[in-house]
Amino acid sequence: MPDSVFIYVIIFGTLFGSIGGAAVLVWFERRLLGFWQDRLGPNRVGPFGIGLAFADIIKLFTKEDWVPPFADKFVFIFAPTAIMMAMLLGFAVVPYGPGLYVVDLNIALLFFLGMTSLAVYSVLLGGLASRNKFALLGGLRSAAQMVSYEVFMGLSLMGVVMLSGSFSLVDIVNAQQDVWFVFSQFLGFLVFTIAGIAESHRLPFDLPEAEHELVAGFHTEYSGMKFGMFMVGEYLGVILISSMIATIFFGGWLGPDFLPPIFWFGLKSFLLVCFFVLLRAAIPRPRYDQLMSFGWKIMLPLTLVNLMVTGAVVLWWGY
Amino acid sequence: MAAVINAANNGIVGKLERELPDLAFHQQLTVDEIPTLWVSRNDLLALLKYLKSSCHFEMLFDLAGVDERQRVNRPGSAADFTVVYHLMSFSANTDIRIKVALGQADCQLPSCISVWPNANWYEREAWDMFGIVFTGHPNLCRILLPPTWQGHALRKDHPARATEMEPFKMTDERQDREQEALRFKPEDWGMKRKNEHTEFMFLNLGPNHPSVHGVFRIVLQLDGEVVVDAVPEIGYHHRGAEKMAERQTWHTYIPYTDRIDYLGGVMNNLPYVMAIEKMAGIEVPDRAKVIRIMLAELFRISSHLVFYGTYAQDVGQMSPVFYMFADRERLFGIIEAITGGRMHPAWFRIGGVAQDLPNGWEKLVSDFVERMPARMDHFDKMAMQNSILKQRSVGIGTYTTAEALDWGITGPGLRATGMDFDLRRDRPYGGYDQFDFEVPVFQNGDIYDRARVRIEEIRQSLRIIKQCMENMPAGPYKSDHRLTTPPPKERTMHDIETLIHHFLNVSWGPVIPAGECSVTIEATKGANMYYLTSDGGTMSYRTRIRTPSFPHLQQIPLISRGLLIADLIAIIASIDFVMADVDR
Repeated sequence: MPDSVFIYVIIFGTLFGSIGGAAVLVWFERRLLGFWQDRLGPNRVGPFGIGLAFADIIKLFTKEDWVPPFADKFVFIFAPTAIMMAMLLGFAVVPYGPGLYVVDLNIALLFFLGMTSLAVYSVLLGGLASRNKFALLGGLRSAAQMVSYEVFMGLSLMGVVMLSGSFSLVDIVNAQQDVWFVFSQFLGFLVFTIAGIAESHRLPFDLPEAEHELVAGFHTEYSGMKFGMFMVGEYLGVILISSMIATIFFGGWLGPDFLPPIFWFGLKSFLLVCFFVLLRAAIPRPRYDQLMSFGWKIMLPLTLVNLMVTGAVVLWWGY
Repeated sequence: MAAVINAANNGIVGKLERELPDLAFHQQLTVDEIPTLWVSRNDLLALLKYLKSSCHFEMLFDLAGVDERQRVNRPGSAADFTVVYHLMSFSANTDIRIKVALGQADCQLPSCISVWPNANWYEREAWDMFGIVFTGHPNLCRILLPPTWQGHALRKDHPARATEMEPFKMTDERQDREQEALRFKPEDWGMKRKNEHTEFMFLNLGPNHPSVHGVFRIVLQLDGEVVVDAVPEIGYHHRGAEKMAERQTWHTYIPYTDRIDYLGGVMNNLPYVMAIEKMAGIEVPDRAKVIRIMLAELFRISSHLVFYGTYAQDVGQMSPVFYMFADRERLFGIIEAITGGRMHPAWFRIGGVAQDLPNGWEKLVSDFVERMPARMDHFDKMAMQNSILKQRSVGIGTYTTAEALDWGITGPGLRATGMDFDLRRDRPYGGYDQFDFEVPVFQNGDIYDRARVRIEEIRQSLRIIKQCMENMPAGPYKSDHRLTTPPPKERTMHDIETLIHHFLNVSWGPVIPAGECSVTIEATKGANMYYLTSDGGTMSYRTRIRTPSFPHLQQIPLISRGLLIADLIAIIASIDFVMADVDR
């Protein structure tokens, strides 16, 4: 296959794979939650209820596309597109296997962080443009939460960067041939995972949309496919963060030879997605101020300790 | 028992005669033997203050109006309207009822908010329902009916049926008018729109919101996310249960009581039928008593399980509610097998219960009782021991015992403040004195302790159910009193007297002798009282339903000021109310 065709295959594979994955993840999460909560979950449409993913898509697409008269129309429509764009762009740097990636940027890690930061705008603008008090509160919360957790998210990865000597994700994977970074950078892994949950605002960090307090938070006024894009954006975020954790801390595509590398990458990401779902099933939601103080008082010091220890080790033994 | 109460009554009446020689009062005898005194409205406030400060009547348990204008068997002092104050003393474990007679032309009396703050809503309700004016009330406006309502619904001249009124039409203009009437105006509640630092946001939480447990509206004055003040608005679930009682026969009203605290099921029937039984002098057979207690405790567990699940859910934990509802479903299986119904079985009857227990009920109940303790331990690990849940609820939304008494808090909300009082143990009704159980009490009065009280109560209820099961007496399930049970059908065909009795009992329903009687029980959410007035007819003259949730909601602003919205949601969850119980 010529290179030019190959790259298109990967681009479209990534696009449809991730969006399709997000759609199936909605069904999968509900099944898994059902399993953990002593009930069945959706099991009516198609085998194991998997048709639900398609039924959902059809429903969302055929709903009336409505903008509330009091909303700021342009921003209101732009906000949900931003999160999807940002998340999809984030997938561009994920290496699924050796040579199997859209692009191997030498600043891939920074690019990924930049893209997840852009997603904050989506939530913020959606909350503001709705001109709804619940949405506004949700937008405010998300601004504070995501901006704070952004800080540790970036910092927690610097240990990995020091050890591998590169911002390129391919290099980072290759640097884990002997030992995964989850062992040498356990603190970094912990902080990155928690910050990643906060970034994708999933329970227990779903304060921007906390349904028990803010109805639906920033997307209270959204319906139809615009709501669907927020949904897909959230699930894309879950997949993206899971694949990033797999890549950075669990050796990405590396694994025993009897199966292709992309399988190992997929398996690791899949297990991490399951972990995300389990978290949602198990943990209550902390209060907004508790979440913030947890971030600044525990997460930030942990990250800094990790950074300094790693730096000292690298300096001393000269990795 | 009656003698003991009588002595206590003489005690308080005697004390009043001695200590307040200038007080002119007239005592009325009621079936429930609660001392009932008629006083003039000029003496009222001084008397209430005296009763609170010197006679240990800590709680204004109930305040309600009565329209006496069509009453034939009127007590001596009654005029057109009566306002009834029901006071409760916990330290002396006794009650007193104060009545004030008012003429229609001059229907006003002083407000007693200065004595008990929870009088606020009760007085608004009396104004809303009877047009009785309480002078000195800060905001005497409608509470249960819409602000645009014409007339006072519980007055006897107000129509009771839709067919007595013009057909209802919701035109566009009317909709606009109604919506405009619901707009919140902070100035009406003495709130400022801004202070020197900040402009407040007014957030309308409800009446349709995921965590307000029904149609409950609470308007928040917010500074950022901090609740500066709150105004609870009720009445969206008002169905006129008290009005309906005045047009249903004694018997056919039983199903309506089920729907008051709709999580309490047959527990709502209990005070109603007990009050009628007391008035008519009906003795309930032992088996019926034990069956009633068993069913009531099953419903207590069911209600507390709903609380447990939604409490965990409202602090953001997604899973526990499914486990608790699964067990509630098993419990409903038992209730369905016994009564044929699930949430609203309407199964208690005047003089007993509707049917005998079905064959094999022991197995169903014992399976459940055996299974639950392990499940409760499991729930405990899942929810109550979770550190985030503790962070969200320990030390938040606290009130003291004194505050609780001032605001009319009863039930688990009161026991969580360290008050060791349970009507089942301290004023045993319906046979509870025969059972061995403990009253769980916790000290902190916060969200977490309110939850712990209920969880312990589930375990205690299991104990009671087990005792019911092991000691179920044999015998009839219903009294053979002529007012409760029609004569045997075979005999009606041979004997005209029996036929007439059968016919009257079935067509009119029982005629209950004139009198007044109240019965208070420890319901799922607190003390629930039915105060029935019979005018010697087939229908109740006045049915006053004192529900626990009503005062509980009134107190929300007090405990949520200065906290965050998330705390308010947890507080609302910890109160455990249902709106039908508030609005009736």
